[in-house]
Amino acid sequence: MSARSRRGSSGQWAAWAFLAPVTVYLLLFYAYPLYRNLDLSLRNYTVRSFVQGDAPFVGGRNYGTVLRDPVFGPALWHTVVFTLVSLAFQFTIGMALAVFFARHFRLSATLRALFLVPWLLPLIVSASTWSWMLNSESGVVNAVLRWGGVAPVDWLTSPQWSLTSVVIANVWIGIPFNLVVLYSGLQTIPASLYEAAALDGANGWQRFWRVTFPLLRPVSAITLLLGLVYTLKVFDIIWIMTRGGPADSSTTFATWSYRLGFGNLLPAFGPGAAVGDLLILIALVFGLIYIRIQRRRPLT
Amino acid sequence: MTGRTTWWKTGVGLVLTALMLFPVYWMINVSFTRDQDMRKDPPDWFPFHGTVEGYRAVIDQQLPYLGTSLLIGLGTVALTVVLAAPAGYSLAKLRPRGGGALSFVLLIAQMIPGIIMAMGFYAIYLSLGVLNSPVGLVVADSTIAVPFGVLIFTAFMSGIPDELLQAARIDGAGRFRVFWSIVLPVSRNAVVTVSLFAFLWAWSDFIFAGTLDGGGDRRPITLGIYHYIGNNNQQWNAIMATAVVASIPATVLLIVAQRYVAAGVTAGAVKD
Repeated sequence: MSARSRRGSSGQWAAWAFLAPVTVYLLLFYAYPLYRNLDLSLRNYTVRSFVQGDAPFVGGRNYGTVLRDPVFGPALWHTVVFTLVSLAFQFTIGMALAVFFARHFRLSATLRALFLVPWLLPLIVSASTWSWMLNSESGVVNAVLRWGGVAPVDWLTSPQWSLTSVVIANVWIGIPFNLVVLYSGLQTIPASLYEAAALDGANGWQRFWRVTFPLLRPVSAITLLLGLVYTLKVFDIIWIMTRGGPADSSTTFATWSYRLGFGNLLPAFGPGAAVGDLLILIALVFGLIYIRIQRRRPLT
Repeated sequence: MTGRTTWWKTGVGLVLTALMLFPVYWMINVSFTRDQDMRKDPPDWFPFHGTVEGYRAVIDQQLPYLGTSLLIGLGTVALTVVLAAPAGYSLAKLRPRGGGALSFVLLIAQMIPGIIMAMGFYAIYLSLGVLNSPVGLVVADSTIAVPFGVLIFTAFMSGIPDELLQAARIDGAGRFRVFWSIVLPVSRNAVVTVSLFAFLWAWSDFIFAGTLDGGGDRRPITLGIYHYIGNNNQQWNAIMATAVVASIPATVLLIVAQRYVAAGVTAGAVKD
C-alpha cells in the first residue's frame, strides 16, 4: 500500500503513456470491428447498402432468420460434436504422450520437438495435405484400407464421413498443444511423490491415477478450456477440406457464418454476422469460466 | 534404469513420431510425384521417379505471393512488438490504475473468433476503400498476436528485479530511458518469442487474407495455395510443393528457436 501511494500522479501518467498505444489500438482494431460486426447483424445489408452505408435497422430479424434456418440445428450439433470429440481425442492422446515423454529416454527431447511440427504448419498446408490423403480414389488412407481388406471410404464426399474427416485432421493439429502443456505440467510434480508411491507398492497404472492425474488437474482444466475456446473458432480446416459440405454435413457455426457472408454470390452479411455473434457468445461463456479457474489458482 | 529399457522406449518414441509426422512426409512425397503417377493404386511410397515439376511451378507462379507473405509477416512482427512491449512494461512494473481491467480485456480479446473480426474489418475496409492492401492485412493479422504479446511481455517483465530499475532511476534515467536501455535488452527472450509467433500467425493466416485480400494480385501465399486447389485440381504435385515451401518458416523457426516455441505454447496455460 505504501509503495502504491508513493507513486504519485506523475507515475500514473507515465504508466498510461506506455499503455496508450495498445489502448488506442484495442479501441480502433478490436472494439470498432466488433461494433461493426454487431451493427451488421442488426441491419438489412445488401452489397449496395454496404457501400452507401444506408442499410435499414431491422433489430433482431437477422437472428430470427438464422434461428429458423434449417441449417441452424445441424450446424449447432456439428459445432458441439466437432468441439467435444476433437477435445476428447486431443487431450487423451496428448496426455498419454506427455506421460510417455516424461520418462526421459534417449532422443526424447528431439522427438518431443518434432511433435510440434503439425501445430506450427500453416493450417492451409495441413488441411490440403489431409484433403489429398483422404481423397476417395487416390488417397493414401484408402490405399491402406484396401490393402488391409477394408472397403474404401468416401471421406470428404459422403455426408456420413465428412465430419469425422475434419475431426481427424483437427485432432492431429491439436495434439502438440496438449502434449507440450501437459508435459510442462508434469515437470512440476516432484519425483519424490512417485518414489513414495512406488515404495507403497503402487504400479504404473495406479501411480498415474492416484498421483499424476489429481496433481495435474489444474493444468488439465486450463488445457481443456483453452482447447475448447480454440476449437470453437476452427474455420480454416473445415472450409479448406469440405467447405462445410456435402449438404452441410460438416457445417459448424464458424463455416456457416463465413458462407453466409462471403461464400455466396449474393452475400447475406446480416445473418452471417448474427451467426458469428452467437458463436462469440458461446466462446465468451467458456472464456469467463476459464478466467474464473485461472484466478482461483493460488499464486506460487 | 538400464540401457536396454531406455532404447526400447526410444524405439516406441521413434515409431510414434513417424506416425505423427507421416502427413508431413506424404506432403513432401506427393510434391515430387509425377502427374502420371499421381493416381496410381497403390501409390508410390517413395518418389522413385521424382520430378521437380511442382517446384518449378512454385517458382514460376508463387514467388510474388511468398514475397507478400514475408512482408506481411515482418510488418506484423514490428507492429506487434512496438505495441505490446511498452504495454507489458507498464502492466508489469508501473502499476497503472485500471491495469487489471485492461489485462482482462486482452484475455477476452484472444477468445474472439477470427471470422467475426474478419467480417468487421471487411465492413470497415470496404467503406475506407483499403481492401486488397498488404497494410490492411498487417493490421488485421496483428490482432491475433497483440493480446498474446502483451501477456507474454507482462509475464516476462514481472520477473525483472525492481532494484535494477530503481538503480537506473537513481542515476537519473527517465522512465522511457529505463524501458529502452534496460527493460528491452533484458527482455530479449520475450521479444524473440512474441516475434516468432506473430510472424508464424501472420504467415499462416487464411481468414483475413481470404476476406480482406481476395481479389488483389498482391496476395499472401496461403491464398496462393487456396486458389491452386480451386483452379487446377489435378496438379497436386504443384499444390503440395507450394505447401512444402509455405512450411519452411515454421520448420526453420522450430530448428532455430525450439525453446522459444515451447515457451510460447505453455505461456498462456501454465504460469509459474
